Amino acid sequence: MEILVCVKRVPDTAENEFELNSAGNDLDRDDLVYSVNEWDNYAVEEAIQIVDKVGGNVTVITVGDDESEEVLRREMAMGANSGILLCDDAFEGSDGKGIAGILKAEVEKGSYDLIMSGAQADEGAGQVGGMLAAMLDYPYASLVNKIEVQDGKITVGREIEGGNQEMNEIQLPCVLSIQTGINEPRYVGIRGIRKVAKVDIPVNGADDLGIDTASVGAAGAKTKRVDYFVPDMGDGAEMLEGSTDEIIEKLIEKLKAKGGL
Amino acid sequence: MTSIIGPASFNFFGIFPAVILSFILPVIGIGLFAYIMARRIAPLVRANPDNRFDQIGKRVKNLILVWLGQIRQPRYMLAGVLHIVIFAGFLILSIRSMSLVVVGFSDGFLLPGFGGPLGDIYNFFKDYAATFVLIACIIAAVRRGIFKPERYAVPEKYGKDHTAEAVFVLGIISTLMISESLFEASELAYEFAHTGNEHFLAPLSLVWIFKGLLSSASPNILQGLHIFTYFVHDLAFFFFLCFLPMGKHFHVITSIFNVFFMRVQKGNIKPVMHGVSDDKLDDLESFGVKKLEDFTWKHMLDFYSCADCGRCSDQCPANAVGRPLSPRFITIKARDLIFKNYPLSGEIYKSSLLVEDIYTEDEIWSCTTCGACEEECPLGIEYIDKMVDLRRGMVDEGMVPQSLQKPLKALEKRGNPYGKMEKKRADWAKEKEFKANYQIKDLAKDEADTLYFVDSITSYDDEMQEIARRTSIILEKAGVDFGILGKLEKDSGNEVIRFGEEMLYQDLKDQNTEAIMETGVKQIVTADPHAYNALKNDYSDLPPVKHISQVVAQKITTGELDLKPCQDPEKVYVYHDPCYLGRHNGIYEDPRKALDAIDGLTRVELEKSRDRSFCCGGGGLMLFYEPEEETRMGVLRVNMAAEAGANVIVTACPFCLVNIQDAIKVAGKEGEMEALDFTELIEQHLE
Repeated sequence: MEILVCVKRVPDTAENEFELNSAGNDLDRDDLVYSVNEWDNYAVEEAIQIVDKVGGNVTVITVGDDESEEVLRREMAMGANSGILLCDDAFEGSDGKGIAGILKAEVEKGSYDLIMSGAQADEGAGQVGGMLAAMLDYPYASLVNKIEVQDGKITVGREIEGGNQEMNEIQLPCVLSIQTGINEPRYVGIRGIRKVAKVDIPVNGADDLGIDTASVGAAGAKTKRVDYFVPDMGDGAEMLEGSTDEIIEKLIEKLKAKGGL
Repeated sequence: MTSIIGPASFNFFGIFPAVILSFILPVIGIGLFAYIMARRIAPLVRANPDNRFDQIGKRVKNLILVWLGQIRQPRYMLAGVLHIVIFAGFLILSIRSMSLVVVGFSDGFLLPGFGGPLGDIYNFFKDYAATFVLIACIIAAVRRGIFKPERYAVPEKYGKDHTAEAVFVLGIISTLMISESLFEASELAYEFAHTGNEHFLAPLSLVWIFKGLLSSASPNILQGLHIFTYFVHDLAFFFFLCFLPMGKHFHVITSIFNVFFMRVQKGNIKPVMHGVSDDKLDDLESFGVKKLEDFTWKHMLDFYSCADCGRCSDQCPANAVGRPLSPRFITIKARDLIFKNYPLSGEIYKSSLLVEDIYTEDEIWSCTTCGACEEECPLGIEYIDKMVDLRRGMVDEGMVPQSLQKPLKALEKRGNPYGKMEKKRADWAKEKEFKANYQIKDLAKDEADTLYFVDSITSYDDEMQEIARRTSIILEKAGVDFGILGKLEKDSGNEVIRFGEEMLYQDLKDQNTEAIMETGVKQIVTADPHAYNALKNDYSDLPPVKHISQVVAQKITTGELDLKPCQDPEKVYVYHDPCYLGRHNGIYEDPRKALDAIDGLTRVELEKSRDRSFCCGGGGLMLFYEPEEETRMGVLRVNMAAEAGANVIVTACPFCLVNIQDAIKVAGKEGEMEALDFTELIEQHLE
């Protein structure tokens, strides 16, 4: 089975302390460390496990700048067979639809049976997978937490509100967005990354993909971020400050005062 | 006939010469033994290399103390003394047993020099040796067969009970002792009956007793017994020889080698592959131990040498809290696999991935690398390097639990397992009250002779930052000119290498080494034994490293530090030895000396202390690992301290402090017990 997994390089939530930049329209990105979007790791692990079972290849793909190559290598160290970087100045500032459009152009150049993405990434929109499926006219399942592969078709499970589980047969080719917890992604050590450090990763720009640059990037974006801020504290909200012990003490006091303890 | 007919001249039924049997038995016995040994050596030849021919002086010393001197045996008194008796008896009797084989072809054969007084002296000792070995065997058999000490039990998941084999071997040894003594007694009784010649015999020895019992036996009976016991001895001897390599009694043969080749340096970790330098690691196909043959030959020899005495597991804290790890079975399972894959005849089988075949992932992650097992093993069997090698293999295969993946990734990105920002590494020095009184030099800008290496937990953990401040105050008071690396400091990586992430460790080591060498300091001080161990034993070419307790003890001796009388004289203090200070680096006395320099401080000792200290739960990455266990190591440790009558547990390691503080809460002993870091106690008592 030929599987394409769409991944993204995002600021690592575990290893960063987020602060707004001075312009107030984005994070202060100077001191950030980046890694693979957590959901994408699960998607790649799942793809590798499927290929281990039924054979085939896993290709990882990302739309981003030069530095995004790092996340492709990490996923290749995990076991993906090859990577594709979609990189062009014209892509910068693309909205979700723009990204889906760029991916679609690359998907159409290959022949993939299964396309996966993480359920969402750092911005939490969770839109690229669905849009990509629509543009390709492929069936789509979101928030997939179980995949069973049979001949020519697959069965995918989704967790439903309230802890219920549904199972769906879905025709190939299709697009799936993968939920965390579907598996336990394997560890990628520095040694693994070094082993794939020299593997050639093709870089495709707008020309290679035959994309009209006006339809992507900031120019083609039909949604635009106009503000980015920490919400004002509403009534009843309060931030406790101090050392961990002090915060705990204050919290206990408050709980006691309100009869919670 | 005035003298008994020996086996070399005796004819069975008057026609069949016994000498033929005396010849056939050794030929078959030695031939079979040589064949078995050749098959047993095969896996060692296929194993990975190991450098064990260095530091010959230390190795000879181990041979004299650990092998010949059996110094580790009395740590378990009864079993130890029994073993010493049997071991010493074997050494003495080996000469007799070998000369007896020759007696089969040459009646009355004596080894050169054994004809005169030397022979008499030897006989005197060997008669007692045989007697005491028999007594020891009987006590040992009763102990194993009837009283069944708990540590020999085999939990169901690890296979069948080993008592039968143990008692069977004690039976063979007893047979050897009895037959040897009867062989001699029958001859002497015969001679006495015919000539009246009386030889001096060691009173109350087996020979002495048997000779007394045989004094009225007929010559025919004595002659028959003489020949019968000779061949019983001969048969038992060669059977035993060939039986040894079949199981746990292989140690009778391998122990001398295993002890000679045992670990001579403490606190370090074996290289990924002996003979491959750090900068060539990238060229290796595979890392660590994945299959049986990935172990080094010494580690294979360890598997052969295990006597199944159970001391390692009896001391293992992971085993004590019900984690799925028992070091004894790490060895026994591997030995069983070697025996299965390398059978005595026929095809050699290929090994599959060990962590799926004989071990489980949790079993291998359960080890805190505290070293209690290695300290105890009378045969010098190693575990830490094997655990690390197995983990290297697992890391290489991506088999790392999610709980450890996060801190490992944070170490890669930020140089600390918490994922905190590099620029906040020295924030502990910014605490208001501290900052008002003390300025800590940043060696990226300033100069000093001493580097204080803080390490991650002390830099970033709110509570442990106190250790950094107290250490700085102590150093300042002691007149040490010191500074820190600040944001250039990375985690020392003590647990990174021990958890098998070799390349990440190499990165951390290189970054730290470069930063340290850049400062030009003459010495390094740390209050974290894990950092101390890594910098001292894992890194190379750094300036000398000291733990803060060593600095304090030394400055007290020179009079540069003075301590006030105890502020809480009614409290009872106990010192808990951190594994990486004590067992791995031999620093037991300095912290005690410093505590005892506080006038009026009452200090008791834990029963398990110094080299038998009980791990509090492990440090570094072990804090992130979520083990399956019934209780916490720290809880057991806190209970031990309570039993010792202490209410303050003093330790000299931030990880011990975290674990023990948590354990006091879990054990429900808040208010009764408290945990203090060494630096806190000392700083409170500075003049």
